[in-house]
Amino acid sequence: MKQMITALIAGLVFGAGLTISTMVDPLKVLAFLDIFGNWDPTLAFVMGGALTVYLPIYQFYVRRAQRTLFNEPCHLPQKKKLDGPLLLGAVLFGVGWGLSGICPGPGLANLSQGSTEILVFIVALLIGMISVNRAKRAQ
Amino acid sequence: MQTSMFVQAFIGGMLIGTGAILLMLFNGRIAGISGITASAFTTRMAEGGWRWAFLTGLIIAPLLTAQAGFTLPEKIPGSLLTLTLAGVLVGAGTRLGSGCTSGHGICGLSRLSFRSLIATFIFMASAVVTVSLVRYVF
Repeated sequence: MKQMITALIAGLVFGAGLTISTMVDPLKVLAFLDIFGNWDPTLAFVMGGALTVYLPIYQFYVRRAQRTLFNEPCHLPQKKKLDGPLLLGAVLFGVGWGLSGICPGPGLANLSQGSTEILVFIVALLIGMISVNRAKRAQ
Repeated sequence: MQTSMFVQAFIGGMLIGTGAILLMLFNGRIAGISGITASAFTTRMAEGGWRWAFLTGLIIAPLLTAQAGFTLPEKIPGSLLTLTLAGVLVGAGTRLGSGCTSGHGICGLSRLSFRSLIATFIFMASAVVTVSLVRYVF
């Protein structure tokens, strides 16, 4: 129960940040990605703001302690080497992001908007995820 | 006008970073939205319930910020065909590549992970090329 409450709070703060930063607006995202056109640098400040908070707390506390504030172990990624799936996945994700201006966080944050467009995007996103999970398990 | 946009974006970004680091400090988990979403469906409620709680917060947050005047866009641009193709690519790509803008971009870069640095560079470059091709070539 405690885990659910803390995760809910983290999700609320994360979602509020996505909305206030205008990261939820696909047109804003596409304008940021359009570096050869009328480039809008705003979203670089979003990344800057997020790293300003996460990086120092991670480096000075989490990396050393490797424990949560409740003294439970942190689940940190162990992979270090580059591999084919990482590179191919990043390319495919970039194409999808560039076509729509929507990455997973802002996509979900837009759900309450309730339009057909966002519902279609999220269903397609889940189908893409499930397909890869199935393919991985089949291997 | 421009400066206030940048300040608002930076503050919003700080909130994103705060939400992400809270999930690490409280739950010991990387705030990777694609990973959390995919795993929410495949792990049992007893261990995976925190994922649904986090996603619930993410989804209802805009309803709360709307009270302060920060709203969702009224329209999602793009045809249903484009959005379907894009959705499948984002879903499949983030699973194959083990992360998206949040997991690789924010958490991974902060952890100084080489894999995340490369992944972030590649998906940014790929997205920039895609936007340029759509806007200036086709």
